[in-house]
Amino acid sequence: MLRRALERFNVSDLSLYVVGAPIIALIVVGSFATLRAGHYTTRQWFDFIIFGLAQGSIYALIALGYTLVYGILRMINFAHSEVFMSGAYAGFFVASALSRSKFLDSNPVVGLLVIFAVAILTSVGVAVLLERIAYRPLRRAPRLVPLITAIGASFFLQYTVRGLFGSQFKTYPTVAILGGTWTLGANFVIQRIQVLVIVAAALLMFGLYSFVQRTKTGKAMRAVSEDKDVAALMGIDVDAIIVRTFVLGAALAGAAGVLYSLMFRQAQFFMGFIPGIKAFTAAVLGGIGNVPGAMLGGVFLGLFESVGPTLFLDGLKVPAPYQLKDVIAFTMLVLVLVFRPTGILGERLARAKA
Amino acid sequence: MAKSNWLGAIRLGLIGGVIAVLVALVGMVEVFGERDIVAGVISMGQTLLVLTVLLVGYITASRTAGSQRLVGVASGALAGLLTSAMLVVLLLIGKAVNLRPVLINASPVLYKILTFGQDTGTGVLILLALGLVIGVVAGIIHWLPPRVRGAVIAGLLLVGLIGLLQDLLRVTLAPFPEVSKAVAWMFGSKGQKGLSVAGAIVVFTVVAAVSYLWAAQGNNLQRRVRALPPSGQRAVRWGSLALAFAMLLVWPQVAGPYLSDVSNQVGLFILAGLGLNIVVGFAGLLDLGYVAFFAIGAYVMGVMTTTGGEIATNFQWTFWEALPVAVGASVLMGVILGIPVLKMRGDYLAIVTLGFGEIIRILAISDFLKPYEGGSLGIVLVGKPTLGSLVMETPQSLYYLIFAGCLLAVFISWRLRDSRVGRAWKAMREDEDVAQAMGMNLVTTKLLAFATGAAFSGLAGAIFAAKLSTVYPHSFTLLYSINVLSLIIVGGMGSLPGVFVGALVLVGLPELLREFSEYRLLMYGALLIVMMLTRPEGFWPEATHRREFHEEEAVVEPVPSSAPAP
Amino acid sequence: MRKHTFSLLGLMVMASLILTACGGAATTAPPPPPTEAPAATAAPAATAAPAATEAPAAFKCTDAIGCVDVAPGDPIHIAWIETVSGATAPLGTDNNRGVEIAIADKGGELLGHKIELTGEDSLCNAEGGQAAGTKISADPTVVAIVGTTCSSEARAAMPLISKAGMVMISPSNTNPDLTNPDHPDHWPGYLRTAHNDLFQGRVAAEFAYNKLGLKTAATIHDGSPYAKSLQQVFADVFKQLGGTITTQEAVNVGDTDMKPVLTKIATGKPQIIYFPIFEPEGDFIAAQKCEVSGLEKTVMMGADGLTIDTFPEAAGECANGMYLSGPFVAGKPYDDFVAKYKAAYGEAPVSGFHAHAYDATNIIFAAIEKVAVVDADGTVHIGRQALRDAMYATKGFEGLTGKLTCDKNGDCATGEALAIFQLTDAEIKDGKWPPNVFWKPGQP
Repeated sequence: MLRRALERFNVSDLSLYVVGAPIIALIVVGSFATLRAGHYTTRQWFDFIIFGLAQGSIYALIALGYTLVYGILRMINFAHSEVFMSGAYAGFFVASALSRSKFLDSNPVVGLLVIFAVAILTSVGVAVLLERIAYRPLRRAPRLVPLITAIGASFFLQYTVRGLFGSQFKTYPTVAILGGTWTLGANFVIQRIQVLVIVAAALLMFGLYSFVQRTKTGKAMRAVSEDKDVAALMGIDVDAIIVRTFVLGAALAGAAGVLYSLMFRQAQFFMGFIPGIKAFTAAVLGGIGNVPGAMLGGVFLGLFESVGPTLFLDGLKVPAPYQLKDVIAFTMLVLVLVFRPTGILGERLARAKA
Repeated sequence: MAKSNWLGAIRLGLIGGVIAVLVALVGMVEVFGERDIVAGVISMGQTLLVLTVLLVGYITASRTAGSQRLVGVASGALAGLLTSAMLVVLLLIGKAVNLRPVLINASPVLYKILTFGQDTGTGVLILLALGLVIGVVAGIIHWLPPRVRGAVIAGLLLVGLIGLLQDLLRVTLAPFPEVSKAVAWMFGSKGQKGLSVAGAIVVFTVVAAVSYLWAAQGNNLQRRVRALPPSGQRAVRWGSLALAFAMLLVWPQVAGPYLSDVSNQVGLFILAGLGLNIVVGFAGLLDLGYVAFFAIGAYVMGVMTTTGGEIATNFQWTFWEALPVAVGASVLMGVILGIPVLKMRGDYLAIVTLGFGEIIRILAISDFLKPYEGGSLGIVLVGKPTLGSLVMETPQSLYYLIFAGCLLAVFISWRLRDSRVGRAWKAMREDEDVAQAMGMNLVTTKLLAFATGAAFSGLAGAIFAAKLSTVYPHSFTLLYSINVLSLIIVGGMGSLPGVFVGALVLVGLPELLREFSEYRLLMYGALLIVMMLTRPEGFWPEATHRREFHEEEAVVEPVPSSAPAP
Repeated sequence: MRKHTFSLLGLMVMASLILTACGGAATTAPPPPPTEAPAATAAPAATAAPAATEAPAAFKCTDAIGCVDVAPGDPIHIAWIETVSGATAPLGTDNNRGVEIAIADKGGELLGHKIELTGEDSLCNAEGGQAAGTKISADPTVVAIVGTTCSSEARAAMPLISKAGMVMISPSNTNPDLTNPDHPDHWPGYLRTAHNDLFQGRVAAEFAYNKLGLKTAATIHDGSPYAKSLQQVFADVFKQLGGTITTQEAVNVGDTDMKPVLTKIATGKPQIIYFPIFEPEGDFIAAQKCEVSGLEKTVMMGADGLTIDTFPEAAGECANGMYLSGPFVAGKPYDDFVAKYKAAYGEAPVSGFHAHAYDATNIIFAAIEKVAVVDADGTVHIGRQALRDAMYATKGFEGLTGKLTCDKNGDCATGEALAIFQLTDAEIKDGKWPPNVFWKPGQP
């Protein structure tokens, strides 16, 4: 009986009605109730959006690393979050040294550039080693095998960093020029550090996009992601391209690590875990393997987390809605995938493959 | 050729040196410096360093020896020397500059261990000499004929293992005073940790001898079994199965509460692993949120049977009444999760299931659902399973419940594997589009996989809640899903015995090695990498998977490996 | 070859397990269940008296739940159950270091016996607590346990430890249920040096309402049982006193961006935000409060999870004027302790309960010294019930966290030791620690 009934349904109809409809109904009712109650001023809504954009930009930067590697190797690089963490750590040591010698106060721009450079180099180093030791030997193995080594590498890196540098939270020094606020128009206030994060992320992502689209290496990367064997036949050094992909992703993760630590002023061995998962979610949300998709996914995710709990749940009188922000984020992911099974922008770097 | 040999030895020596320095700097040498493997002779911290040098020397020797064994020994020695030279470099730098503000474990105690309590100059010389000697030993071990070599390695490994587990042995033997007295001489004298020197020598000799004889006779025995007529072979197989079964039944009675509890944890992971094996191994659906069903099973059991009275409902059912409800709820959630992901493939599925696991965990912890399931304060006084008048609360009695659950799950998995549904799953795993084109109903096939997997996990969760007699949301993290996934892949995806081996290695071993405490996850990570690199198909791969691997290997490396198939 | 090595390794693991098992089976005596283990060493009280007259030198155990006998040369065995891996690792590691320093301060010896310290990682969840508890309770040489880190671990470990006749003292469990004698899952043999949430929450609420004169408050917790119940007690008492709770919010462990939740709180215009949580989430709230409009005049207050010397620097300028409730750690002894800590571990204390752990360990030592019977040859006998009783009877114990007096339910931090501190520029910019005491319970 049940089986007969199930067969009559088209799969997509089923998921649409069973999952999509109730979620959308809840969202609409919740948002309407919140807005009608009118507890929040325009300025507060504007703040929510800025907070979401800043957090989302960082997710997006990390997400690019996942997306690039996935696009080429079809592999979830679970250890990418530790690449991000090692960048933040390296940045911390440079930053605190520069801060102690007062260099950061006298030459803040040069100081910041040095911090970024060291962080990026460290992240790149970790990622290249990772690729060489844990992934390259398994290129022909079934795809779950490198996933497990990636998980192993993630644990290994986390606890090595903890053993080497301790479990204490490392506090980043404050950079004077990044403190303070700018006031826009009437009374919209925005933190300088948020502006830096959003602008830096946007620039980096634009740079990456041009790189993939315009340069020869970018072209080769796209070719490898289409078909490794054919690309090799065309004279592309597949190994070298894969290494370059890791380098690119790691460089962005290193930069994200410093931006993150400048915004939240902390580094710790476990810090990569949650942003890593969020970033991977963002990559999938936008369409994994797709560079603009990762950016869009990151920003969307940041916005859902910051605006969502208040907008959707406050009106429904749910207690402590911010505890449920990840529930909202993942539910939105399901919702998007129900309507667009390959993410918002689809898989463009490579065509959809099982 | 010769030059590349030396270069290889230098490279391996430097890699070994980096590993040794890392082991020292993460603090393992110091923390385990007081924990002796052989009392008064070698500590666990030193063992780690010695092991690094031995391994590097051995690998170098095996890579470079070729036909000339002396070259092997010499290159092993070179690699060993270089490894200890890296430690010397660390020592010298550390003595000159205070590394501690950055590297918290670069402590005076570490330097003292590295210099063996001598002044720097003497310490450096001892360190270098030891590296050289151990490298030579590694080279010589490689030089030995295979059977002797196997015996020596086995002996060394077991000495290390017993030295490591001596606390556990002591506790296990405590209820049998005669036995503990009889073997007391094997362990260090009063107040000392680790084996005594005599004990270490005896363990090494006995194990090496047994292993040597087994290497000689084992093959012989196998050959004789293979020579039997099919009926005889079957009898041998059933006989050994029955023997294993009987041993498993007696196990908790001899193992005592702690080892029974470890077995129970392994058993619950086997149960969950068998479920995920259906979803991932049979049907090829990558599920990273498997913990969700485990949590639902546990929570339903908790809510239905608690007598703590801190939640809105007050059922106070017995374990057996609540069990079907718990499993049923998990199955229902399996289907509900299955529906939205029907169209998704590969890693989209992975992240959505991961999200689902997180959603369940956060909802469980939330203030939103607290009135109904306890929120972050959990549920206490969950009902214990009973059998007649017997309340199963000791680890030994719970063992039988979990054992029965595992048997049931193995039976169902085994029957399903070769059934119509099982073949449909495999077809779907290999190629979804083709399977659909052949007229397979993907909806029911996928939902069945999710539902069956969820049922096993829900059962495990329900028993878990009863075993702990509390349910806290903090038990249901992503780490659980990752552990279960790792164990089925390490065991061999899709293989039933693989689940058992995987659970023993990834759950049982870390549980026994709680000694490593804060370094457990570091070792776990390293173990995952090393295991996947050396044996990507898993410990006990399924037959089809093994074939695929060998086909691929044959394509990639046209020269077949010389090792004959067992 | 490679394959052989692996199967060999597996075989040997199995073999060693079977060997131990067979060794046991050979005696054919079934192992006694753990609950009976201590009873086995305990002689019935009735026979004790005549035996004593026959051989006055021999010690007879008359303790209701058994004795531990430590022969000359054997160590006195103390165990820990702490979370030393995973996200909560800093908390458990910090506790352990407190224990280790306490042992080192004793010179590693007690009553002429070496102190042996072993321990189990319990992963901040109930199953970890149960596994650790099972292993430790199976070892009859264990005298006492320092642990657990998280309240959920205690829930699962407590029955096992209690049934085995051992005693456990926790440096960081604060959940009121654990020492509530009316709770259906209550067990004897459990004490703690951490502040029961009931007490600390009340002190915080009274301070905010009576001393500061604030009438509206908001709370934030992080989903840990500690924070959840502490803020609930605060809210309940604050409302009883006549105040208004504008909202009770929650964040997740691992969250970094607290500005949205603070913006939501700002709509209720509370005069004080109470967030009794841990680092790093607490740092983020304290640092980001100033970046949210509408909270300019709101006062912040945290609890002992944040009363640690890394907090002011991590929270930064925004935390200036923030209040913290925590143990009143008095000057020099605590400074000496921190100096030892830094020398031994190369970093400043990584969490907030190291001093509680130090005190817990010393309470154990003091009680052992009080109840132990020492024979002429140096053998030490410790009655398990006597040890428990002595620990429950601890009175006026001079610890790092103040003067400790345990009540009959096992709460050793009963309140005199609590103080409210206020952070100033001295802590935030110059790294001064601990901050000046602003108020103590009982003061106007």
